[in-house]
Amino acid sequence: MKQEELNTKLLEIKGKLIDVEHKPHNRIFLLCESENAYAVNKFLFKNVALRFITATGIDSDDCFEILYHYSNDETGCVVTVKAFIRGRDNPAIESITPFLPGAEWIEREIHDILGIDFKNHPNLKRLILADDWPEGVYPLRKEAKK
Amino acid sequence: MKETIKKPVLAVGPFHPLQEEMEFFQLTLDGEKVTDIDVRISYNHRGIEKISESLQFDQVPFLVSRVCGICSASHPLAYINAVEEIAGITPPERAQYIRVIINELERIHSHLLWVGLAGHFIGYDTVFMWAWKYREPVLDLLEEITGNRNNYGNVRVGGCREDIPNELVPKMLKEMDKVDKKTAMLTNAVLDDPIIHARLKGVGVLTKQAAIDYAVTGPTARGSGVAIDVRRDDPYAAYADLDWNVISQPEGDVFAKAVVRLLEVLEAVKIIKQALKKLPDGPVTIEVKEIPPGEGCGRAEAPRGETFHYVRSDGGNRPVRHKIRAPSYVNVPSFKASCIGEDIADVTITLAAVDPCYSCTERLAVVDGHNKILHNYESLLQMSHEKTARIKKEIGAPEWKLEDI
Amino acid sequence: MGLKMKALKKSVWVFHVNAGACNNCDIEIVNLLTPKFDIERFGIKLVGSPRHADALLVTGVGTRQAAIRLREIYRQTPKPCIVFCIGACAGGTGIFEGGYHVAGPVDKIIREVDPNAIIAYVPGCPPKPEAMISGVLKVLSTL
Repeated sequence: MKQEELNTKLLEIKGKLIDVEHKPHNRIFLLCESENAYAVNKFLFKNVALRFITATGIDSDDCFEILYHYSNDETGCVVTVKAFIRGRDNPAIESITPFLPGAEWIEREIHDILGIDFKNHPNLKRLILADDWPEGVYPLRKEAKK
Repeated sequence: MKETIKKPVLAVGPFHPLQEEMEFFQLTLDGEKVTDIDVRISYNHRGIEKISESLQFDQVPFLVSRVCGICSASHPLAYINAVEEIAGITPPERAQYIRVIINELERIHSHLLWVGLAGHFIGYDTVFMWAWKYREPVLDLLEEITGNRNNYGNVRVGGCREDIPNELVPKMLKEMDKVDKKTAMLTNAVLDDPIIHARLKGVGVLTKQAAIDYAVTGPTARGSGVAIDVRRDDPYAAYADLDWNVISQPEGDVFAKAVVRLLEVLEAVKIIKQALKKLPDGPVTIEVKEIPPGEGCGRAEAPRGETFHYVRSDGGNRPVRHKIRAPSYVNVPSFKASCIGEDIADVTITLAAVDPCYSCTERLAVVDGHNKILHNYESLLQMSHEKTARIKKEIGAPEWKLEDI
Repeated sequence: MGLKMKALKKSVWVFHVNAGACNNCDIEIVNLLTPKFDIERFGIKLVGSPRHADALLVTGVGTRQAAIRLREIYRQTPKPCIVFCIGACAGGTGIFEGGYHVAGPVDKIIREVDPNAIIAYVPGCPPKPEAMISGVLKVLSTL
């Protein structure tokens, strides 16, 4: 999709976003609350037909952030959905794996290292931590010791 | 050293001592066909993203070079692209060209490695010996420039650590001519060989739709008709200044992926020769005092596909968050789509078509309904060789000899 | 047959174990089979089972998940055997020191099973194939 067309298309989900940030080097960030992330992701993958790259989970002290990165290969633009999970107790977000099989592993990984629950994930089993890794210890959380 | 063509005992692979232990890949069968697969990864998890947070920005390339040994130029470059994006840095032109040369040399030796392994998996061990023999001069060149056959440590924020001495350029051009010639001969031999056609065509097909759903990249995508390539789509280093083509094939089978990789070697030679001839004068690095707060999305086209690094900085001297996504992370799960319905004898070559790390392919096992291992890697390899032998007998084409290439 | 006898007869069988490596060392080990390095001329053979091995070539830091497997493989290998820690990771966790999923280095993991294990180190990142051959031969010659 050409860049102008992409920018116009993104306006269609403006209602679900907190903000749209256009950064240098062809990077766009779409900020949203975690409740809207599913709809925004589905729109980008199905309607805009962007390619899913991966997702980044971040512990940001007062909240968790899940960044979903997409590529618009025609223009080299990276569109990142930045979803905020407010509050640190029982963080959860709707899984996007049901419509995006390529997201299965990364959601399992974020579940392992940050303890975020991906609701309705078809296979939320342990992925990267050892069989004998203790439950409830999330290595990428701020409070986790090395 | 006298060259002898021996039958190699490539018995590198875990014969699993614990019959009940869960392997990396578990495939379930119905008769001779694969019906399901499950994957367990953890053996290689070293917690690199967390370690990165305790290193300074310029120490991180040494760490990420070791995410995967065969993509050890791509990971640092993708990371550096992210950091340079945050800081708004453009390295000197000469550095951009050197980055291209090093990364394309890596692509050549990685693809030749793959060709050798693929040959081994289908029982063409002459191909294995040949391909790994012709990797060696490429590794020697890399050692001459960077000091190491692997783990080059060549990039830094703002440029490159080492220069390519101008005196080395004629030798490099000569070596590239040799690689070009030999790879062209091998490519023609593969494209003409009826046994390889019969063995690999229609095998392990990853459809275009599945390639999109699983978000695959690299030759895995390009061999399924998804013609994406970061070097062209989101150019970095000096790729936009050079004349080269993105290689893709529509069929999606193992044969298509092999063709893509072979032709990419030839394309890489073309790129390197151009870059060497156009290599501009000037410094190879600029000094970078600090990285401001911000976030960067850096990527590079590794031999296996798009390597993506997300870096967040808060103005300090370490990354606050560093996310690494290697291409195999999206490519390997697509094995589920390409393997289900396949013959058990084709399992090793179908997985190999995705070009995962060698160690990943070792950890392959077929289990029954009670998770008891029926076939391990060795027996799967054996079945693959037997299928090739059957095809050879049916078609009756002449044997390959190492001397022919 | 004791290890010393085998070394005298110039036939040492080695089993390769990846305990969480980046694959560089592993690929260089596979390189040993190619005509340029050709370990078979030194009587060193790579085997498919630890039960037949005289020595283990171990690569990688020894991740938590791989440690379980590594200990079991060591138990399965008939004694006496030599454990070669190939590379900076196996020798001392290398650049992954302190990682939360690192149970190694390899000698620490092996000594949990056998405090008297015979362990040799071939440093490098990765060690060149020549260095690996040299290291293995050096150790065998001291037996």
